[in-house]
Amino acid sequence: MQTSLENDKIAELKKYISDISGKTDKPESYLIAVLHRAQNLFGYLNREVMDEIAVIMNIPASHIWGVATFYHYFKLKPQGRHSISICLGTACYVKGAGNILEAVKKELGIGLGETTEDGLFSLHEARCLGACGLAPVVMIDDKIYGELTTQKITEIISGYRKSNRKSKEG
Amino acid sequence: MGKNKKKKEFVITLCDGTACIHNGSKEIKSGIEKQLEKHGISESVRIILSGCLGMCDKGPVLIVNPGYTIYGRVTEKDIPEIIESHIIGGKAVSRLVIDEDHLYNRFFRVFGDVGFFGRQMRITLRNCGIIDPENIDDYISLRGYEAIAKVLSDMKPGEVIEEVKHSGLRGRGGAGFPTGLKWEFTAGQKSDEKYVICNADEGDPGAFMDRSAIEGDPHTVIEGMIIGGYAVGSSKGIIYIRAEYPLAIKRLEKAIKDSRRNGFLGENIFGSDFSFDIEIRLGAGAFVCGEETALIHSIEGSRGMPRPRPPYPSVNGLFGKPTLINNVETWANIPVIILDGADWFRKVGTEKSKGTKVFALAGKVKNTGLVEVPMGTTLREIIFDIGGGIENGKKFKAVQTGGPSGGCLPEKYLDTPIDYESLAKAGSIMGSGGMIVIDEDSCMVGIAKFFLEFTQNESCGKCTPCREGTKRMLEILTRITEGKGEEGDVEKLERLGNLIKKASLCGLGQSAPNPVLSTILNFREEYEEHIKDKKCRAGECRSLIGYEINSKCVGCGACKRVCPVGAISGTPKNPHFIDKAKCVKCGQCYEVCKFGAIDKK
Repeated sequence: MQTSLENDKIAELKKYISDISGKTDKPESYLIAVLHRAQNLFGYLNREVMDEIAVIMNIPASHIWGVATFYHYFKLKPQGRHSISICLGTACYVKGAGNILEAVKKELGIGLGETTEDGLFSLHEARCLGACGLAPVVMIDDKIYGELTTQKITEIISGYRKSNRKSKEG
Repeated sequence: MGKNKKKKEFVITLCDGTACIHNGSKEIKSGIEKQLEKHGISESVRIILSGCLGMCDKGPVLIVNPGYTIYGRVTEKDIPEIIESHIIGGKAVSRLVIDEDHLYNRFFRVFGDVGFFGRQMRITLRNCGIIDPENIDDYISLRGYEAIAKVLSDMKPGEVIEEVKHSGLRGRGGAGFPTGLKWEFTAGQKSDEKYVICNADEGDPGAFMDRSAIEGDPHTVIEGMIIGGYAVGSSKGIIYIRAEYPLAIKRLEKAIKDSRRNGFLGENIFGSDFSFDIEIRLGAGAFVCGEETALIHSIEGSRGMPRPRPPYPSVNGLFGKPTLINNVETWANIPVIILDGADWFRKVGTEKSKGTKVFALAGKVKNTGLVEVPMGTTLREIIFDIGGGIENGKKFKAVQTGGPSGGCLPEKYLDTPIDYESLAKAGSIMGSGGMIVIDEDSCMVGIAKFFLEFTQNESCGKCTPCREGTKRMLEILTRITEGKGEEGDVEKLERLGNLIKKASLCGLGQSAPNPVLSTILNFREEYEEHIKDKKCRAGECRSLIGYEINSKCVGCGACKRVCPVGAISGTPKNPHFIDKAKCVKCGQCYEVCKFGAIDKK
């Protein structure tokens, strides 16, 4: 079951790449777009997927690895179910984002770029989510939480834990 | 018409000042009355004779509301047309409309003279908040795509470039290079293929101008790029935008699609022999890609690393072809310059910096948000008049402009008029428009360290001064904030900083030491205090402070419950006590106390 799903995704990626090749004479310049697509499909960029892309696009795997590691947006490890991004932009910084980060690190027991053992949360830093008026802010998945205190963010995280437990039981 | 006879559907205000009377306003009034009667709609139109409207040279003047349409030099012969076309047909008689109404004025009709908006002048953001950004008709109704129509029908590429040059517009990405010159260089290159790029890789922490501009009015950027393409002889545009801006990307995609469907993008635009199309390329979270040569490498599908210039992109850019790169705000100015004219645009701003600048005002200020002001507005006006001053009655300490490439300016520079030169002279830069207000609660050494952490993290690693130098500087700053600063550290920072500025390859490295150097310049005493007295006056550097409970304590026990190491003791309703040996200085007790009973010392 798992493998056929993966094959579906690979097929989709192949189609995406061949669509690109059809409309341009410089398909290799679309590598970043392809990596975005791959991360979208697989949740992160693993070695096998990148090797596959290297073969399909006829680009050295070393180049793809170089690009994937250069950009922060690309994740090289499996991600937790919820992604927590602590905004460390300037406005959030002057309003105490550092304390929020410390509190979350302690609450989750992980550092930046890591995922909790239960696979529930991944912790990231963000450089300005553009919601400076609400600083300090944290983005969990696609939702922005603003005007936070260390207490509020701990409560929010417990909320996610609870709802996750419920959905498991239900 | 006239179902409800009592309701006045239109109000015609007719100027009844001396000059207009001279020019025949009385005759016009009777002419209007006659026409209204003829059509049987006298009941639905109210005529007001007003005092002098002040537009005497355009007399006789009349204003039709709703819609605030101003007609000038109206003669009796024009009356039937105005009544039939405007009052009955709902369509203004455009040949009589006084068109001194610059594009930006519409903004005030909607938002009025509210303190926050009243002092602004919205040129690039003129449509933001007024139109539905996902509806191309809204944009068109406010003279959208009229500039490209004008350019294609009346202007040669060289004339467009002359107009942009004459306007005095300078790059809004931060460096302030004259836009017209850039266009001229690119146009002057002979090549079978050229590219036009919009740099929307807004990476400064604390800056969201480009995101908001695109989200609020994507078409104006597209129109600016089409005009740029025509001027330099390019048929291919690319918008390079951060992947972190999903809404802006979605709106751009829709705008491009709508624009294509309406024939503003694609083959033979408006039936001319000029063709132009735009595609979107996503960034992937690398600050250095805001640098133009790094951005080009990223579009080419490589690591976004800069290369030495010259050759500049206008000569050798994307795929080795001449390339014109401007940022979002620069592009958004172009349609206005074409429609309202460079002569008008030049009147806004200061001698060397023309037009307006958008700032993302944030930090410890009451009103945060996007602010567009004419160049030459002072920092004080932005922070205190538009921004409403500092939050919670705290004291202003500094304002940071230019993000990680800029500097912190103290109170003595508050009356500096904003333009590229004066900000540079004060030790900061214009930058792309981040403006963070800092109050007495923030440590300036901490701020410097914050920015350097950012640039150090974002350094691409290609050149040694930036890669290694910023790391060494960060080590020294970290040492100082941890209370381990040594005599001579400040001098070391200065020496290293100046060296990195001179020796780095690209703008990121060349400007990375700015936040440190400017805080040393303006807040040297804070550095000295950290090093010599081991004190942080803002109470922000954890290693240099301790927490104590004062006499205001009521014994509620909130701090005791929240303390993670059990350092707080005390019985209910009696003053509590912090054991400094156990305290880890996490500050949670300080945050949770509702009585101001905990001091940072």
